[in-house]
Amino acid sequence: MTPKKTETENYRQVSVSEFFEKNRHMLGFDSLQKSLFMIVKEAVDNSLDACEESGTTPEISVEISILKEDLFEVKVLDNGPGIERSIVPKVFGQLLYGSRFHVLKQSRGQQGIGITAAILYGQSTSGEPSIITTRRKVDSVAYRFVLGIDIKNNVAKVHSEDPIIWPHESGTEICIKARGRYVTGRQSIFEYLKELAVVNPNAKISFTDPEGKKYIFEKTIDEPSKPPKATKPHPYGVEIGDIIGICADSSEDSMENLLISAFSRISRATSLEILEKSGIDPGASPHSIDKVKAESIIKGINDTKLMPPSAESLSPISEKFIRTGMLSVYGEHKPSFYGRPVTGKVAIYKGNPFSVETGMVFGGALPADQPILVLRYANKVPLLFHPGSCAITKAISETDWRQFGFEQKQGKGVPYGPAIIMVHVFGPRLPYTSESKEAIAPVDEITDAIKYAIKMELKQLRRFNSRAEKNKKMGEKFNLVSTVIPEIARKSSEILSMEIPDCRVVISKIANVVFVRETFVERDGNKHSVTEVINYTMNPISMNLKIVFRNGEVDKKIENLGMSEKFVYEHTEPLNVSDEAEYYFTGINPVLVQGADELPSDWGLKGVEAYESEE
Amino acid sequence: MNQRNDTEEYLKKLVKLVYDQISKGDVPEISIKSRTKENIVLDSLLGVWKYGDQEVKRNARKMDGAQFLAKSLYSIQFILDMLKESKSSTLREMYYISEGWKDYKFESQDESNLLVEDMEVITELMREDFHLRPEENGASIIGNITIEEKNRKGEFKRINCRDDVGDSGYTIPYNVEEEKLHLISQDADMILAMETGGMFDRLVENRFDEDFRAVLVHLKGQPARSTRRLLKRMNEEMHLPVYVFTDGDPWSFRIYASIAYGAIKTAHISHWLAVPTAEYLGITASDILSYDLPTDVLTDKDIAALNSELQDPRFNTEFWRSEIETMLKIGKKAEQQALAKYGLNFVTDTYLPEKLNFRS
Repeated sequence: MTPKKTETENYRQVSVSEFFEKNRHMLGFDSLQKSLFMIVKEAVDNSLDACEESGTTPEISVEISILKEDLFEVKVLDNGPGIERSIVPKVFGQLLYGSRFHVLKQSRGQQGIGITAAILYGQSTSGEPSIITTRRKVDSVAYRFVLGIDIKNNVAKVHSEDPIIWPHESGTEICIKARGRYVTGRQSIFEYLKELAVVNPNAKISFTDPEGKKYIFEKTIDEPSKPPKATKPHPYGVEIGDIIGICADSSEDSMENLLISAFSRISRATSLEILEKSGIDPGASPHSIDKVKAESIIKGINDTKLMPPSAESLSPISEKFIRTGMLSVYGEHKPSFYGRPVTGKVAIYKGNPFSVETGMVFGGALPADQPILVLRYANKVPLLFHPGSCAITKAISETDWRQFGFEQKQGKGVPYGPAIIMVHVFGPRLPYTSESKEAIAPVDEITDAIKYAIKMELKQLRRFNSRAEKNKKMGEKFNLVSTVIPEIARKSSEILSMEIPDCRVVISKIANVVFVRETFVERDGNKHSVTEVINYTMNPISMNLKIVFRNGEVDKKIENLGMSEKFVYEHTEPLNVSDEAEYYFTGINPVLVQGADELPSDWGLKGVEAYESEE
Repeated sequence: MNQRNDTEEYLKKLVKLVYDQISKGDVPEISIKSRTKENIVLDSLLGVWKYGDQEVKRNARKMDGAQFLAKSLYSIQFILDMLKESKSSTLREMYYISEGWKDYKFESQDESNLLVEDMEVITELMREDFHLRPEENGASIIGNITIEEKNRKGEFKRINCRDDVGDSGYTIPYNVEEEKLHLISQDADMILAMETGGMFDRLVENRFDEDFRAVLVHLKGQPARSTRRLLKRMNEEMHLPVYVFTDGDPWSFRIYASIAYGAIKTAHISHWLAVPTAEYLGITASDILSYDLPTDVLTDKDIAALNSELQDPRFNTEFWRSEIETMLKIGKKAEQQALAKYGLNFVTDTYLPEKLNFRS
């Protein structure tokens, strides 16, 4: 794509900027509302990438104001590392600058295309250049650039560059004026920022809408995200153009050395094997590689057994971030179940590694008669458009959700039920359905990996549901014997003006179990767990109870607890909202106990296995 | 009807049963005659269908049984309080009063109505004994029959149900026993009880009551107890034959059955309510065919109801089996007002005379 002289001089050279100016829909700038959205998205994505690379927890503020009718001003400010003043014109004003063409790295932005396209769009619809203010910690002042783009020559046109006093220690602010339309709803700027907040619980994201209303997503984790590592491309999946490009740009002296240095997973031995199978002299100069030779190299690569790509270049959101993010953004729905985020195995598509993460919340006040809410992410970026052609939607639609209590016509399509599911597909060079990266191409390798992760998520839900069902039955029985039976005794005695009869025997006859149950009390704003053991059998009982909390365990010996007597233990260490204790017992006939499990015989040898196995 | 002291005694006996069971360490349990169509038998002496010997036990082992017992106790206490204070309430009022019983309140009025019926079956008392009454349902009579009804002042007021009433007729009160209503005299040959208001109005307008010396009764759908009780009193005390004129669908068949044979829900008082000699004049499947009446297609619910009737001992006669089976076969039902296809006078000039002749 880099402009280059070709042999056919009859064609006029078109600059990349000029090309995109005429084909901006390819980058997502295809309608007024979409264009306004894209400006915000490109700026915010760049900010998040910059913060991640510099180890900063992001604080990003987005402000949109109406100048007149359909003319808007978008201002995005971050607390990132700032940009060295000499490269500002290149970073913002030149399409494809910084394109890491030969480096494989999972990143949010469109590799140097996006923000320049936004500036270009602003310039051509408002007629005004953009204003960029940036400051690094080492600088004592910030620099303010008024910057446009010289379309014909594919370079920035700096109108002015001034040092200014800036209140922020470091960071970058970009201000673009452009035509647009502001909308709310599923495909809006607000929704985009909200979904970003889900996967960036370490970011403070604030948003001021055109009416001046301000929304803030506070950070709930104070640690920076780990930046993805750059890796060399894996030979499987490279295309002829790639080979030619790499060879042309190379300073290596031989093909043997080039293959080793340009690709991952190629040793000297495999390099020689590939070249032998390609019929190319290992000592040949890389600059001698033409289309025909490149083709045979590809064939040679495909005929050689290589180690799969390393997962090093993958940057997951992480289980902790997904769990915390979903809790803080969707906690208002009071979901009854938070699925443990699932991270799939590393899989390969066209030689590039990728993986899938999922998270889920269920129940509570989420609407049961609506389609589930699907949050789609690719490389940490929310995908709001073209759900119908996306691999994530395809995987969800082709999974049978009915067996997990959802409604779904003939087991196909987006199911109905009280759930929000987030799916994150990540990896360098993910296949998208278009240049604007709005949907992941529904190729089998990716769809299958998503389906697998979703099934893991749903299996957890099934376990939760069966546990909830069991608890409900136990709760009903407990309520029956602890409340309704005594009430029948009390009411009948009241009507007859007689003494209340002793109903302990009746209760024991009906229940004939020892209930172990957990209730919660609040003391000084902290949640405390209270364990109750009530003997609703006919005889006194003794047992050993092991109570396992998230942060430790407690052993209790219960001796000679009489009929209808209650043992109470209050755990005084404060707990998190969703914490529940687990109960294990020994020293009593297991059929007599409800609400606790028999202590496994290998307890202590294995320790507490907090994670559930995948199968 | 029983005296207050008797009622109190019966109810307390029931409470004492529960109390004693708990004291002895037994899970409390009450037996009730099973109130299903599988447990109704023909009382050949009276010609009505009553509950058989099958019993169900409601015990406190499970939540719904325990809830039933607890709600019964709350209801009994409420009734005993009313008896003490000489108050009465409607079934609906009792349903609302149960709001104050919190965990033991009724979920619906159907639930409280069913519980009152259960208590009637258990104690062999009637809800009037519990000082509980239904809502007015406004079923009405037009015809040459004279009654006396006790008004709020306690005086019996004489009313002729043809001359002293407006077009909508005499409204049947919820209490039609002798203490409230005297049957004085009649000058008629029969009682014609109708399912729908439209047909009642048609017959009134066409002066069917005068031309055919008929007492017209509007049932208002499934007839209330008082409507059935009054039909029975007019039939027994005034010797008037009863004819039931309904739509032609499974639900109408049930209306007739509840009048003639006794309803399954109230089979414990069938002897009090049912008119075993009542005859069916409603639309039949044969009528649909022979009069070529406009029809509607049977719904799934209609078909299920017809099939259920084939299992119902009350419909186990040649006439009903053949009509029900025919209706299932043609898959059609018709309203009584479908007769208007042949003009407004067809029902009084042709259909009813033909049916009455055919019957008698």
